[in-house]
Amino acid sequence: MNAHQRVLAARSNLRPDAMKYICALFTDFIELHGDRRFADDPAMVAGLANFNGRCVTLLALEKGADTPDRLRRNFGSAQPEGYRKSLWHMRQAEKFNRPVLCLIDTAGAACGIFAEERGQSQAIAENLWEMMGMQVPIISVIIGEGGSGGALALAAANKVFMMETAIYSVLSPEGAASIIYKDAGKVAEASEALKLTAKDMLDFHVIEGILPEGERFSTAFQSVRDAFIKALDGYHGMSREQIRQERYDRFRKLGGGWV
Amino acid sequence: MLQKSLFKKPNLKLEGEPAIAAVPMIDCPGCRHRLELPELEKEYYVCPRCGYSHKLTARRRIGMILDAESFRELDAGMESRDPLQFPAYAEKLEQAKAVSGEKEAVVTGLGSIQGVPCAFFAMEPGFMMGSMGAAVGEKLTRLFERALKDRLPVIGFTVSGGARVQEGILSLMQMAKVSGAVRRHSDAGLLYTAVLCDATTGGVAASFAMQADIILAEPGALIGFAGPRVIEQTTRQKLPAGFQRAEFQLEKGFVGTLCKRSEQRSLLGMLLKMHGGKER
Repeated sequence: MNAHQRVLAARSNLRPDAMKYICALFTDFIELHGDRRFADDPAMVAGLANFNGRCVTLLALEKGADTPDRLRRNFGSAQPEGYRKSLWHMRQAEKFNRPVLCLIDTAGAACGIFAEERGQSQAIAENLWEMMGMQVPIISVIIGEGGSGGALALAAANKVFMMETAIYSVLSPEGAASIIYKDAGKVAEASEALKLTAKDMLDFHVIEGILPEGERFSTAFQSVRDAFIKALDGYHGMSREQIRQERYDRFRKLGGGWV
Repeated sequence: MLQKSLFKKPNLKLEGEPAIAAVPMIDCPGCRHRLELPELEKEYYVCPRCGYSHKLTARRRIGMILDAESFRELDAGMESRDPLQFPAYAEKLEQAKAVSGEKEAVVTGLGSIQGVPCAFFAMEPGFMMGSMGAAVGEKLTRLFERALKDRLPVIGFTVSGGARVQEGILSLMQMAKVSGAVRRHSDAGLLYTAVLCDATTGGVAASFAMQADIILAEPGALIGFAGPRVIEQTTRQKLPAGFQRAEFQLEKGFVGTLCKRSEQRSLLGMLLKMHGGKER
């Protein structure tokens, strides 16, 4: 598969959406709506669940299962309210000392008049600020699209994994094509140039591992489950301060070798 | 009969007459009026006719805000390489260096305002629109780490189109990296004040620009997540006049106050003193 094929695969309606992962991996999922400030954003799914015998905070960017669901969820592009919802739940996780597990599938944060009026940039900035100071582990998996700041707002994590055919990018290949090549049609070239595949991310040390998808959904679910279990096991005996330090160090070294 | 010579221009030239000094002129992009550069400089590069804020280089900001001779630059030689081998990026970098005279899109260092020491950064619009790649992220992270170590407040001027596309995911990662350093600096009880200038958008707006304790903005500055052209293309909606401008952000509640260039130095000095800054 070349880069552009991976972009198409990452966006395919045939791959499992976040809700399917949630149903397969977690028991007793209690979804909690709303950001307690303005509205509930269905693009961001948040709540509590049991995972492998312990309570976790669960956050997911959800594109939707069918067309009406996708429209309702704005195709997984969260409004500022979505990020403020996840912020609230991350603060709760910090208070009750439980890990945060994130599933990411978004083309990017919502773009539009409403998103700007209600401070999309401020919402994402606050999430990053909060996450970089948290003392509980945050583990994220990019299950499809990891689009720009909208994805990073759930990926300022201790560990980040990617599905085999997922992508992670600073900007959509369409956006890059129109900015760099001044030609929105050059999406394939832009996909290649952006280096957005899981393998690229591993090479840049931006992720900890690539998770196999296999032929059936069950393989993908199992590999995400295994990754979460293994990652969480690593925090036994680690102090809260060590957990925060680990996250700081993780990002601190990114890009430093290229200046 | 009139002599033809009467209509001729007299060819008089006095001995030792000084040539008229050529005053450097500039066309104001706001009102198309020709302005004398020294005049404009006195007005802090704000057009006296239409109020248009001319773009300021990072060095000019340093000169306008910090005490004379107080600035000590940090990491002056740091520059981005081309981690993705991105098409035409190497040439773009060379061009940006030639145009701006800077090695990267931010200048960082230590200095003082009205005698109060601070760490300082100013982004450079002439360098790829102030976009943030690995070098900008690293320089800012080091600045906040240094300010934490020396227990200094940070004053910063943001001008940026966001994360630099040509450095791909590494640019995106700088948002989290700088956020981490800002958070640590904040947790130590230290002040960070940002002045958002035209334009502050994308990954810079969505990270350290919006994380300051006090957010000031230059009048008229465009501040937002997505740029106006992208929003119009995506939503096929016409944007209202003044959309995303500093005045709009003030009304929507994301900016503490607007501050004209002529008043920035005194306001920043006052803020430093209100947060325990002592004149050195």
